[in-house]
Formats: sequence, structure tokens, C-alpha cells
Amino acid sequence: MTSVPSPTLTVAVISLSPEKTSVSRFFTTGRGGHHGHVHPGNHEFHRGDRIQRPPGGGGQGSGDGQASDRGEGADEFVFQINRDEFLEYLFDDLELPNLLRKELKDSTDYQLKRAGFTTAGSPDRLNIVRSLRAAHARRIALSGKDRKVIRTLKRQLREMEVSPDPVDQQQATLLREEIKLLNKKLKRLPFIDDFDLRFNNMTRVPLPSSKAVMFCVMDVSGSMTQEIKDMAKRFFLLLYLFLERNYEAVEVVFIRHHSEARECDEHDFFYARETGGTIVSKALLLTHDIIQQRYPPGQWNIYIAQASDGDNWGEDSSTCTNIILDKLLPVCQYFAYVEITDRHHQNLWYEYATIAESYPDHFAMQHIHSYLDIYPTFRRLFEKKEGSHVGR
Amino acid sequence: MLAAEAPERHTVRREKPLSTGSEWTFELLDLYDREFARLADKFRLDTYPNQIEVISSEQMLDAYSSVGMPLMYNHWSYGKTFLNNQQNYQRGRMGLAYEIVINSNPCIAYLMEENTMPMQALVIAHACYGHNSFFKGNYLFRQWTDASAIIDYLLFAKHYIARCEEKHGVSVVEAILDACHALMNQGVNRYIRPAPVSAEQEQARSREREAYIQRNLNDLWRTIPVSEPPQSRQDERFPKDPEENLLYFIEKNAPLLETWQREIIRIVRKVAQYFYPQRQTQVMNEGWATFWHYHLMHEMYDEGLITEGFILEFLHSHSSVVFQPAFDDPRYSGINPYTLGFNIFRDIRRICEQPTEEDREWFPDLAGSDWLDAVHFAMQNFKDEGFILQYLSPRVMRDMRLFSIDDNDINPYLEVDAIHDEQGYRQLRENLAALYNLGNREPNIQVYNVDVRGDRSLTLRHYLHQRRPLDRDSTHELLKHLHRLWGFDVKLDSVDQDNIIHYTFSTESTSERKEQVQVTSKKRVNP
Repeated sequence: MTSVPSPTLTVAVISLSPEKTSVSRFFTTGRGGHHGHVHPGNHEFHRGDRIQRPPGGGGQGSGDGQASDRGEGADEFVFQINRDEFLEYLFDDLELPNLLRKELKDSTDYQLKRAGFTTAGSPDRLNIVRSLRAAHARRIALSGKDRKVIRTLKRQLREMEVSPDPVDQQQATLLREEIKLLNKKLKRLPFIDDFDLRFNNMTRVPLPSSKAVMFCVMDVSGSMTQEIKDMAKRFFLLLYLFLERNYEAVEVVFIRHHSEARECDEHDFFYARETGGTIVSKALLLTHDIIQQRYPPGQWNIYIAQASDGDNWGEDSSTCTNIILDKLLPVCQYFAYVEITDRHHQNLWYEYATIAESYPDHFAMQHIHSYLDIYPTFRRLFEKKEGSHVGR
Repeated sequence: MLAAEAPERHTVRREKPLSTGSEWTFELLDLYDREFARLADKFRLDTYPNQIEVISSEQMLDAYSSVGMPLMYNHWSYGKTFLNNQQNYQRGRMGLAYEIVINSNPCIAYLMEENTMPMQALVIAHACYGHNSFFKGNYLFRQWTDASAIIDYLLFAKHYIARCEEKHGVSVVEAILDACHALMNQGVNRYIRPAPVSAEQEQARSREREAYIQRNLNDLWRTIPVSEPPQSRQDERFPKDPEENLLYFIEKNAPLLETWQREIIRIVRKVAQYFYPQRQTQVMNEGWATFWHYHLMHEMYDEGLITEGFILEFLHSHSSVVFQPAFDDPRYSGINPYTLGFNIFRDIRRICEQPTEEDREWFPDLAGSDWLDAVHFAMQNFKDEGFILQYLSPRVMRDMRLFSIDDNDINPYLEVDAIHDEQGYRQLRENLAALYNLGNREPNIQVYNVDVRGDRSLTLRHYLHQRRPLDRDSTHELLKHLHRLWGFDVKLDSVDQDNIIHYTFSTESTSERKEQVQVTSKKRVNP
């Protein structure tokens, strides 16, 4: 899975419907009939010279003065898109089933989120603007009475000052004293108080897991030819790209099995050949063990994709069903099984079919005959299931 | 160069050029525009007022894609062209045209912001004075288009189509537009002058039409039995006379179309009609504009308004505009209309000012007359075909080393039937002019008959010109479009002068039969 396309990708998309790529947008004359052409740059011809008709018949040459300048006839339509756009197109209208059903109570990741303001907290969360605003309000509230008194006194003082009466003058001096006192009292109000402090409040919000792990389970027994493996690889790659679009981090675990199962790297997974019988349940058990050890379902979205040619040791199939039902389906988001064969189905298929019936949301199976089926199959597996089918 | 050709000049050399650097500013554009206007006045170039807009290359690509019109209604094909152009431009495969100019009043010209000052000056001279005066002066444009109304009309069209998309869904509108675009070239009146369009009138009319149809859709009346008219003669055709404007015919007569669909057809038809003169005057229009940018720039240089570096940069661009590769050059893609037009106009001036014996024989009226009168007359009164027929001189044919090839599918070979020599001049000129005759270039397809009493199928006739058949693949596709508009089967017969059917295309079976001319069972149809 390391061979993911580079960030920019040139793709030729020739996807307009036939009438939109028609040879010409206008009625034009075809070949045949009587034409005349005039060309510049003569240096060898004389009147009456005869020239071999170019192969492909006469009619319109490349430049007969009738060539249109409208750029018509461009039916092969190529343009560049980047990787994201390409994937968008590739996975248009597909969705990951059960993407949002990961329950929050399982999650162990948290993010701190702002949640208003509190009156208590650590100094690093101090909200200065809010604190000063509170202080201001407090000062206004506590000084209200005194300021009212000052205002009345000042009014009286103005009246006294203009009066020529010496008694009034004395009164005025008294008033001034009183105002001074009150002003001093106002000044004594603390500018900021513990009571005013406001702190940013943060709460811990559990985060839904954005990590996914994809288990690729493949039969590598003798009956799986290189061609079948190649098809399986393409299918896995598609799934990987799709998961990668939906999750921040996607890990891939390769499990190959014949009569024994083991985890391996990508190269061994696709290229190493082994012979032996086929016991699928071993691989499923190993998957379960790895999930238990390394990928706790609370933190990981688990996807399992199994590819096989349908061979299995007779009595093993029912064991597989039990493992899937009891151990895998409860923890994984989705289990996809593709059978790559052009023979008749064997008992593994029928066993799985019963699971698919009872768990249509979490289990899906498809049958691939040839390369051409891979993409359509993939689309069938992940097409939007309920309602709202918008677009083309 | 001009200096050698024009011996007498009474221009005053000024000391200071308008600008020296290659950077442009809006003030400089204004300054240059004023100088050009002064010179244009001197040469009697009558123009609409100019509106110069500076846009980015991205916007230029955008304008390109919508056939050079701002405010064009939305259609997927413009997006496709845009992507194509953008790709080519980004990979350096295509240089953008330096300018786009719109036949409107005021005349809108777009300059590209990346261009240098000399380029901007060239474009102003080319578009704002060359093309602009052509739009105002040429008889085709005067009679067929109304420059003052087009912007309004396009605005109306854009809104109308957007409203239809909202009302009826994008895909239905798109289907109609696709079909109409395919028939655009068959959607013009070639002989009847259209009434000038005006947006408000058009809007009012469209509402009126709708209301009228609504009023008349009274089901009560439909149930009243109509007395059967006496059986008309079976061979009376509908329409009585063949109709050349397919879109017009469909708009008026297609049985199943909704009002809004007819309106869209009408819009496409009007736009096609608007572009019709442009398609007929490409050589003249470009030649005229090139001729004048060349002259105006030299005039500026002679007056000392521009520097030597400036004129050299201009000459470089000018020579690449009029570059004509020879027929065996890999870059060759037909005759460059800029070159042909420019050469003819320049030769008119030469004939007037320095006629030779040959010129006196070929152009007795022209030789020695006032060149300015002569070029203005040529610009005003011709379209490409007539222009070439009238003014292509032996000298231009020799300079361009033109030769003509006769391609007749009866012969196993191609024959050179005329070259640039004494015996060939006339023939060559006629052949070249014929190539610019739209009537020859585009297949002549007309509505011939509708089976009014039967299955309502539409029969078109393609009148074979010099036995040139229609292109099969595209014709099938186009008939499908036609079928979508008409709603019933469409048949297309290719007939020759004697009304013998040679090919038949049909939407019923899309089968096609070819009756050899030699076959005795020729099918005679009444003309």
C-alpha cells in the first residue's frame, strides 16, 4: 500500500456523453465532391500540374481555407486535476457505512474546548477584558450613592458661590470640604478586586476517533494465482484510498493465510507464494487477536477486507461464521468479502451469505469475475444506502 | 515601410515621447488613447465611443470561452473550451490573443494586464480604432446588427436562461441549448434583415407572447367541433416556400415546444444572427484593424511620440500577427486572414499613390485617386467575398505566391488550375473569393416539407453544392438534436440541381442509403 499516487496526478478524463463529443457541432461537408483550395507560398507548381491525391481521399485537406477557427471537433477532452479532485470523482456518491456510529463513550481522546467564563481558575486562563469590565461595573455600582450626593452638593455650591451674602460664602467653604471628602472616599474604591476576575473556562470534549485500521486478509494457498492476487490488490488499494479520504490516519495490517495465518508486510502479502490447504478461520482469529492487542476498538475504526477465491476446508466455514459473528462484527465497522473466481461458489460463500442477510449494515460480500468488475463492485459495496441520492 | 511609401508628410516632430519604459499605467493608457483618437480623426476613422477594460489572463480565457462576449449565458461548452484553452495556455502552447473587442456601443475592448505598454498601444490602435471603425462603418454591421442593444440583449438572455434553469431544471435547458447550438449556423436569415433587438422590448414581447398563449389555451374551445376544410391537395407543402432559417422555423412551428423553449431558441437565433456579419467579414475586419494599427503606430513614431525601442517591439508583434507560413510549412494552417486583409488594404494604398502600368490596367479607377477615400470605400461596402474579388491585385497574389488547386473526386489526381501568373490571376482571384463565400462554405440546408396530415415528420433538403456531401457522423448527431427540438421524425435529403436525391439521413432508422447517380431508377421529386 505504499504505492499511493503522488500528490499531483494527471488524468485524462473523457467522460462526456456521446452527443457532447460529437465529431462536429455544426453541419459540415464531408469528403467528396468538387472543391477548390487556395494556398500561399507556391515555389514549384505551374498551371496544369497534377498531384497525386493524398492517401485517405481528397476532400478537405488540413488547410483549405475552410478550416474553422472555433476549435470544434475536440472530442478527446483532457484536463488536469489534482489527486483530491480525482479521488472525489472516483468516490463520488460513495460513503463509508457506520462512519458516525462510533460511540463517544468509548473514546479516550479529548479536546479542550472553550465553554464560557468562570470566576475561578488558574492565572494563565485570566481573561483581561472580561475582568476589567467586571471591575468597571463594580466601581460604578459601589460609588453610585456617593456620586449622587456630590452632584447635589455641587449644585448647591454653584448657587452659594454667586451669592454676595457672607453667610452663603461660609456655607460654600463647608460644601467644598464635604465634596473633597466624598471624592477621597470614591478614590478609595479598589480599581480591581479578586471579585472581578474572570477566567476562560475550558471543558474536555471527547473526540470521535479519527484513526482507522484496515485489515487485508487474503488467501495465499496454491489455488490463488498471481492474477487473482493482482485483482485483490487493486481492490485493497481502492479501499485504502477511500478510507484515507475519510480518516486522518489509516493503518494497514496484512494477514495472509493458507492452513496457517500470519501477519506480513506488503511485499510478502502480494508476492510470496506458499502452498498448503486453506483454513480461513485461522486468519480471522489472528485478526481478532491483533485487534485485541494493538487496536482497541474504542480508539480505532476497524475495517476488514477479505479476498479469496472461495476455497475453504469444508468444516471450517461454520467456524468462520461463528468467529465473525461473535468476535469481529461487534468490534469492526465493516467487513467486506470479495470472492475472485469464475467458478461456482463454494460453501464459504453460502455461509457468509447468511451473515450478510442478518447484518446487512456491517457485512457485505461481492463477487468479482475479472478486472472490469473491481471498480463497479467497489461502488456497489459503498454506495450511499439511505435516501438523498443527489447528483448525476 | 510606410516612410518610404508616403513621400509628403507634414507632421511636426515633438521632442518628448509619451513614455519610455515598458510598464503601463492607467494614465498612460489614457494618454495614448487620446493621441490615437486625434490621429484617427485625421484619417476619418469614425468610431463608437471606446470603453477600455484591463483584465487578467484568466479573465481573458474566460472571455475567450464564451465566444468573446461578456455576459454570455451559461452553457457547458463554454466551460469545456475554457479548460482546453487554460491547459494550452498554461503549457505555453497557445499565446492569448492580445485583445478582445466587442461590437457594441460603446465599443468594449479588453486589454490584458500582463502586456507591455507597446502591446497595449498596439491593441488600442487595433481594436479601439481599427475594429471599432469597421463595426461602425461596414454595411453588413450597419444593416444587420444593432451595436447599442447587444449588451442589454445578452443580459436579458442570460437572466432568462438562468430563470429557465431554476424553473425547469438545468438538464432540460441544457438539452435545448445543445440542440440550438448545433443548428446555429442554420439559424440565420441570409436575405431578410432582422429587426434590431432591444432588451426591454424583447422582455416585453416575451411576456406578451407568453400571455397570449396562456389566453388562448382555453380548453373549452378545443371541444367545439371544427368543420373539416375541404381536402387540400396532397402535394401542397408546408411551408410553401423552403425556409432557410431552421431555428426560426422550429421556433414558430414545432408542435410540442413550450413557450420558454421557443424563447430559448429565439435567443440562440438572435445571437447567431448577431455573429453572422462577423463570420462574413473576417478577412476585411482583421485586415482593416491591422492596417490601421500599423499606420497609427507609424504616425505616432513619425511625430516622435514613441521611441525606437517601442516601435521595434511593435513591429515584432505586428510581423508575428501577419506571419503567413507557406503551404508546405509545418506551421501552415490555412491562409492567415490578418495577412490577406492587411496586404490587400496596403496594396490599395500603394495603387492609389504609386500605381504601376499593371495597376492602371487592373484598377483604372483606383490608380492615382485619394487613398483614404479608397480604403474607406472598400471597408464600408463589401464583405470578404466581394472585397477579394474587387481588390485582390496581381501584386498581392505574386507577393503571397498564391496558387489554386482543383480537387474533383471524379479525378484520381489534384490539379493546379491557377497560379500567380498572367493567365491565372483572374481564376485565382475568383477561386479565393469563392472560399470566403459562406454560401459555399456551409451546407445549404432548408426546411422542405412537414407531413402535416400524417406523422408530422419534418423533411429537410440539403442542396448539394458541387456534389459536396454532408459529413455523415456529425449529420446523424445533428439530426438527433433536430429531432429533440421538433419532437417528431426528421429526414434530410441531399439533392442536386436536378432535384435528384443522392443521400438520405433520417432519425427513424438512422439508416442511410446512397443512390448512385448512374442508377437508372432516379427518384424525381417535384421542385
